[in-house]
Amino acid sequence: MSTSAMKKSRVKRARAFETTAKIITGACLLFAVVATIGVIGAIVYRGAPSITAEFLSAMPKSNMRAGGIWPAIYGTLALTFGTALFALPLGVGAGIYLSEYAKRGLRTRIVRLSIANMAGVPSIVYGLFGLALFVIVAHFGKSLIAGSLTLACLTLPVVISATEEALRQVPQDLRQASLALGATKLRTVARVVLPAAAPGIVTGSILGLSRAAGETAPIILTAAAFYAPLPNSPFEPVMALPYHLYIMATQAVKPAPHIVWGTALVLVAGVTIAGVLAAAWRSRQRSKIRW
Amino acid sequence: MTVPSSQKTARKGRPAFNRAADAIARRSIWVCGWVAIAVLVAIFVFLAWNATQALRDVGLWKMLSGTDWYPTIEPARYGFLPSIVGSLWVTGIALLLAVPIGIAGSIYLSEFATGWVKEVTKSVVEFMVAVPSVVLGLLGLAYLAPLLATTFHVSSGLMALTAGLVVGIMSLPTIISISEDALHSVPKDLRQGSLALGNTRWQTIYKVVVPSASSGIFAAVMLGLGRAIGETMVVLMLAGNSGLIISSPLEAARTLTGTIAQEMGEVVSGGEHYSVLFTMGLVLFVITFLINLAADMVLERQRKRWRR
Repeated sequence: MSTSAMKKSRVKRARAFETTAKIITGACLLFAVVATIGVIGAIVYRGAPSITAEFLSAMPKSNMRAGGIWPAIYGTLALTFGTALFALPLGVGAGIYLSEYAKRGLRTRIVRLSIANMAGVPSIVYGLFGLALFVIVAHFGKSLIAGSLTLACLTLPVVISATEEALRQVPQDLRQASLALGATKLRTVARVVLPAAAPGIVTGSILGLSRAAGETAPIILTAAAFYAPLPNSPFEPVMALPYHLYIMATQAVKPAPHIVWGTALVLVAGVTIAGVLAAAWRSRQRSKIRW
Repeated sequence: MTVPSSQKTARKGRPAFNRAADAIARRSIWVCGWVAIAVLVAIFVFLAWNATQALRDVGLWKMLSGTDWYPTIEPARYGFLPSIVGSLWVTGIALLLAVPIGIAGSIYLSEFATGWVKEVTKSVVEFMVAVPSVVLGLLGLAYLAPLLATTFHVSSGLMALTAGLVVGIMSLPTIISISEDALHSVPKDLRQGSLALGNTRWQTIYKVVVPSASSGIFAAVMLGLGRAIGETMVVLMLAGNSGLIISSPLEAARTLTGTIAQEMGEVVSGGEHYSVLFTMGLVLFVITFLINLAADMVLERQRKRWRR
């Protein structure tokens, strides 16, 4: 065989390899995409018929076999609000510290390491922690406030990273201009840097909060009740969508399936719509600001 | 006045107030910065403190090496091995599914996909992260468990395999997005150099890009592993919760996370069983801590390598 023919066959083989690799890797990505679409599709398909005004606004009736899921929706909203109340100030503060104040060095490295590690602690461990600290030592009992504090710990790393990331994208020129005009560091951060970074901070936080709203394991131990009326104070246990869904899905006596799937759809829709709206708002804000 | 006049004019307005506000803000922000460490330490302290009773009365080694989990009979036996083995099976199956598919998918996403295909697939894959795990558990109960039960001719689909597959699908987006980041951060020069030497794109990928990003990909696998070990609801709903040490994925299994979630609600607060469950939480915390630490250190090394 002549050398040019050998070269040609090698090129051919390399091309064939490339096509095969493309097909295989593409198929793997397609699997991930199809799995996601399948999950969303199944939930919408099974849950959509049961969404009615009564289902969303009524109390459960005859041992969850009829009626609505309003107290669970209310409880999840209250838990998420409480989580935001505790996690946002601390998380944004920590993000500002990391981006604006911390110097590069061992101490900052340790802080960063702990944040990354916090994000990886299993949610059930947060549940145990919340049970030990908030429910028992702080005497809150199984309650809205204990659940909110537990979920806040779980959400903190997300809020911190989102804030830091958003602050880092603000150009250094803006800070220097503000400082050159005689503003203190605090004023520079509060009046110049934070407003510019707000869209990123808000969106990242909403994504973190919506994930907290879907968490089940921590609230099993700290906040959730199978059946409870609407809470009158933060020291009472609440119903919550994820816990409600868990109980209904695993109960020996199955409740009406339309309630189970309806609850799943409300949970998924709430969590994803909040995230999508937040992302859309961020991209609109970003297109308004030009550095 | 001893203050030089130039300094005086520089601090016009309300200098004392401004300086005080600045100092207070700096301190409170500093406190916020350390909150992450405080929480981590607090988690460890509270778990360890509640675990002391079990560590003293039962003993750590006896729990870790115990083969029987009968917490409610007299005398109670608190062996962690059934849960540990179950966790290993579920996590192993999950990674067997998620690692090859995730890495291959991220290679396509980073190296072959372009334009809208890239944007859309990325958003769709990341959408999965938003789906609460209890919902995936419900889907597993409704569709996957019956399907696997008929496929493998077992009486119930609640077994390690079912839980592992769903956990694997759950950890896919983590692995895809982190290893895509790692591939993406490999400098263009390296790719162009390889292409200029006559390599095809695929040869460039497996000879240059993937080896350069290997530490990032490793970190992605470690983080996926951490996710999989810590996952609670899917396992609680799908693994079947038997008390035995399993030797095949077609058996009902219990895991560390599932055991804690299921039994914590029923135990007497402050009792021995209660303390044993806290010990289990402590074991879980230490395992995930070490995994995340390893992942973070590898990622940091990668970051340093490409920082110029």
